[in-house]
Amino acid sequence: MSHGRMHRKEDARFIRGRGNYTDDVRLPGMLYGAILRSPYAHARIVSVDASAAEAHPKVRAVIIGQTLAGLGLAWMPTLSRDTQAVLATDKVRFQGQEVAFVVAEDAYSARDALELIDVEYEPLDAVIDARKALDPDAPVIRDDLEGRTDNHVFDWEAGDGERADALFAQAEVTVAQDMLYPRVHPAPLETCGAVADFDKVTGKLTVWCPTQAPHAHRTLYAMVAGLPEHKIRVISPDIGGGFGGKVGIYPGYVCAIVGSIVTGRPVKWMEDRSENLMSTSFARDYHMRGEIAATRDGRIRAIRVKVLADHGAFNGTAQPTKFPAGFFHVFSGSYDIEAAHCAVTGVYTNKAPGGVAYACSFRITEAVYLVERMVDVLAAELGMDPAELRLRNLIRPEQFPYRSPTGWEYDSGDYPRALRLAMDLAGYDKLRAEQADRRARGELMGIGVSFFTEAVGAGPRKHMDILGLGMADGAELRVHPTGKAVLRVSCQTQGQGHETTFAQIVGQELGIPADDVEVVHGDTDQTPFGLGTYGSRSTPVSGAAAAIVSRKVRERARIVAAAMLEASPDDLEWADGRWAVVGDPATGRSMAEIALAAHSDLELPEGVEGHLDAVTVYNPPNLTYPFGAYICVVDVDPGTGQVKVRRFVAVDDCGVRINPMIVEGQIHGGLADGIGMALMQVMAFDEDGNHLGASFMDYLLPTAMECPSWELGETVTPSPTHPIGAKGVGESATVGSPAAVVNAVVDALAPYGVRHADMPLTPANVWRVINGNPFRTDLAIP
Amino acid sequence: MRITVSVNGQPHTRDVEPRLLLVHFLRDELGLTGTHWGCDTSNCGVCTVQLDGVPVKSCTVLAVMADGHEVTTVEGLERDGELDAVQKGFVECHGLQCGFCTPGMLLTARRLLDTVPDPDEGQIREAISGQLCRCTGYENIVRSIRWAAAAEGEARR
Amino acid sequence: MQVPAKFAYERADSVPHALELLERYGPEARVVAGGHSLIPMMKLRLAQPEALIDINGLTELGRLAVEDDELVIGALVRHAELLASTIATDLFPIFRDAERVIADPIVRNRGTIGGSLCQADPSEDLSAVFSALRATAVIQGRNGTRTVPIRDFHQGPYETAVEPDELLVRLRVPISSGTGSAYVKVERRVGDWPVAAAGAVLRVEDGVIAQAGVGLTAVGAEHFCAPEAETYLAGRPPSPEAFAAAGRIAAEHCEPHTDQRGPADYKRHLAAELTRRALAAAAERI
Repeated sequence: MSHGRMHRKEDARFIRGRGNYTDDVRLPGMLYGAILRSPYAHARIVSVDASAAEAHPKVRAVIIGQTLAGLGLAWMPTLSRDTQAVLATDKVRFQGQEVAFVVAEDAYSARDALELIDVEYEPLDAVIDARKALDPDAPVIRDDLEGRTDNHVFDWEAGDGERADALFAQAEVTVAQDMLYPRVHPAPLETCGAVADFDKVTGKLTVWCPTQAPHAHRTLYAMVAGLPEHKIRVISPDIGGGFGGKVGIYPGYVCAIVGSIVTGRPVKWMEDRSENLMSTSFARDYHMRGEIAATRDGRIRAIRVKVLADHGAFNGTAQPTKFPAGFFHVFSGSYDIEAAHCAVTGVYTNKAPGGVAYACSFRITEAVYLVERMVDVLAAELGMDPAELRLRNLIRPEQFPYRSPTGWEYDSGDYPRALRLAMDLAGYDKLRAEQADRRARGELMGIGVSFFTEAVGAGPRKHMDILGLGMADGAELRVHPTGKAVLRVSCQTQGQGHETTFAQIVGQELGIPADDVEVVHGDTDQTPFGLGTYGSRSTPVSGAAAAIVSRKVRERARIVAAAMLEASPDDLEWADGRWAVVGDPATGRSMAEIALAAHSDLELPEGVEGHLDAVTVYNPPNLTYPFGAYICVVDVDPGTGQVKVRRFVAVDDCGVRINPMIVEGQIHGGLADGIGMALMQVMAFDEDGNHLGASFMDYLLPTAMECPSWELGETVTPSPTHPIGAKGVGESATVGSPAAVVNAVVDALAPYGVRHADMPLTPANVWRVINGNPFRTDLAIP
Repeated sequence: MRITVSVNGQPHTRDVEPRLLLVHFLRDELGLTGTHWGCDTSNCGVCTVQLDGVPVKSCTVLAVMADGHEVTTVEGLERDGELDAVQKGFVECHGLQCGFCTPGMLLTARRLLDTVPDPDEGQIREAISGQLCRCTGYENIVRSIRWAAAAEGEARR
Repeated sequence: MQVPAKFAYERADSVPHALELLERYGPEARVVAGGHSLIPMMKLRLAQPEALIDINGLTELGRLAVEDDELVIGALVRHAELLASTIATDLFPIFRDAERVIADPIVRNRGTIGGSLCQADPSEDLSAVFSALRATAVIQGRNGTRTVPIRDFHQGPYETAVEPDELLVRLRVPISSGTGSAYVKVERRVGDWPVAAAGAVLRVEDGVIAQAGVGLTAVGAEHFCAPEAETYLAGRPPSPEAFAAAGRIAAEHCEPHTDQRGPADYKRHLAAELTRRALAAAAERI
């Protein structure tokens, strides 16, 4: 069940250095922007003096908050219906916040001119520890909001609390564990940036920008800036990785646009790496307490979670309006549990805004980590093997479609089969035997198991929207007279290979080679509306749209073929990629023949238009639910706390794999992310709000040396709702793998009585955990 | 300051500020945008080019330091319309996704195979350990370089 | 991307020329070779020298050879060259251990030995290595050369014995038979600066340690060495117990600081643990 391991069409340009990323865009007369940022996490702005910068011979404009205030653009709406300062006017609320924007003839001069801007600040106490954000004496961060007297953002809950409480009250065994999913950053290798070109004559604004959601950006620019939407063109060129961090609109984009309007010339702004890590979209930052109620023989009955969510200085999370904690309430995971309840409280802190990004499937990363850690905590309490405990509680194949205790309807799956396959591939029993031998010798070896269920492919649009824009995506397909096709889609690849995969879908549906299908994306003037690529939604949504629009074209082709064959359309059958009279394959007409006829003088039935094209909008009936079973093997050096990942086995079921080569690549990347988050990636802050991971010297990403050679396995359970049974896979491994690594390390440390340790498991952290004295990983090490 | 840098076999003479970084010289002065940049601290390695045949991070080399030297960028790998074996390997083994780290990886791979024609997995991982990739988990990069080594080994026989 | 502030640039074509340029530009000039410490600092504008004196053309500083009973390493020898030199790494495996974990292979292609030492970062690997080896630094000024024992070379964080108008030209490492050496480092990730690291050099004569060198970095060891541990070891037969004791002594005399790489107590523990491991590995190699 696949469309084949076709090599990627995209590769031809990338291996020659012929990609076209945002910073590769050069326009005649282009100017360069740079942003002055706050050195303080919380401070009142007393004054901004830009006169020296304005006097710099290469500087063409300096824009400050007051300039924007005059235009009504100092604040912009966030994706969560909060507001965010474009350039600060009253206060700065996180270190790295945007204060002024310089436009100069070249990038070096723009950077130089930043040093000439004199800003006087009055430093204020900062709220850094989310756990103190609601203290009565905490400084109020958002005093710009009318009537605001604290740092509370929202309370939200899901599930049946009373039922869960009742099950807890009568439980044979309960376990509880505090855990932190620390603040991390997707850190794509290409930073964010924009080239804005406002043409005063035509009134047209063109913005090149590495956005995962070009249409959403266009609509939001129209809403925010009051520009007519048909006069805005957003072009998302090649993107050097997104991982969720390129969904939102950042102040720099708005500054580039304003800069172009003010100067009448194109303006490019590219953030540097420190700006990227300090100010654009962070992820996670969930402080969680999980509890499980179970029977003595290992039957999980109820699960409860309390979450304190650090949303930074502005609530800028990009998730469906109904769900302020994203899809976190899928936290009952892959298990058949009677009752579940979660309560989430969001708070403001003096940190960068954002909150949902980094391949997290709208917070399912946090949910899976929570439940998979909790299951291991329970296994330790019961003295039971963690794989056996999971097998005892996994949802059974016959229970699908399965309605979860928090209201999700899982579409399809055979969970025990996936876990057993992973155990077979890993040689689970032999690993446990080896572990016992090593423990007897004082060596620390750990085996970590995790099982995840994802929920990807948002909408349906009645439940899923961002700022009122429903999550449904269009596709347009046109077959040219010679049988070559152009597919236009609303989603935007950041390396996922859409130009290949979607061509394969169309090719398969129309009976033409995938090489004969051009996929157009990333340009709002050339593609239909849709909400873009995040939450692993491209294949579940736009992939479905591609299949459906192809089938519409195929049905039109049937009518044309019938006219060609002087037969009734009802008498034709689709076989071997051709329309033929039933039982007479010799009459078969290929798509190329039909396409030419459709554009010819052939007489078509009354009411049937010529040519061969179709449009569709796909509104998903449900999410799709990929799943997988992961097993990680680690060795820990007890003398230094260093963790070595020895093996990683990943069995993924993402339904039908359109291009298995690409699917496997997606999984590989996500597994590396899991190693990174579990072992090294973290953005901590000191008590003054200084960012302690603001460069790649301190925000550590895994290299080839930390990653083992991934061992993959697969099962295929088609999605019953997707037209070709596919489920989406982009984030699966990022969602599922951190828990496997942490579970493995905690398992290795079991001889010390350790049941939990927070990420990242750096050597220092592991050594302190061994010594019973762990530190908070989200703050400066005391 | 007037400098002449040979890039992919072609000499280029320009007047530049001493502070101009080699990566910007290549991208902005010569329009060779195949060389990317990704950090400020010489950690990510996407700016890797060959300087006199040796991989260096061009964000941490001044253009004036390359005066009189030979630079090879990704644009120089293809010769007479024939892709280099490492370029073919990356296509064959899906060694790239977003493509941003790819040029630097290709130049390091080329140098590795020039000095160690048949590297094992460990040697490959070590050789690319100064370059980050956020997409592939490195697995298919390793396989791509192995593929290129095998292809060149085959061609030599 | 971050870019440096403006500066004057001069290319030296000989050591005397470099010294002349240093004198002409004064203390706000900096020597640049590989540039992999300095240029990132300049891009982040943490360093803003008025002039850079480029010494990459001084091939006479790129020599790596045995002269009499010393290994001589020119200041302009690149990390990758030292790693690739079987002369150096066979004599002193500590170089192989250390150079494989200094930054990454591409940075090592460019970064120089002299640059690393002169940067004098308190977490510099090679400072501990040369300290363990009891190397001698050769410094040239306009009035000729002078030598400084490496343990007097570093005078504090980012401070060395090299005056603004002088140039570190080479390192000399004494060669003696019956010697083993090793370097052990804990890092958060490949390519990172050390959380802590230890180097050990042991010379054993007649079954007892004739001389021990213990170098430590990133743990606040004065002059990157552990003389008390060395004194303890001298005259004892090599043994796991002696190495463990030496590690404890070395740790007692460190002053590690807490940072995001780790808390001070952990670094102190590593000073002991890594000293023990380095000594044991060095003993294996005699």
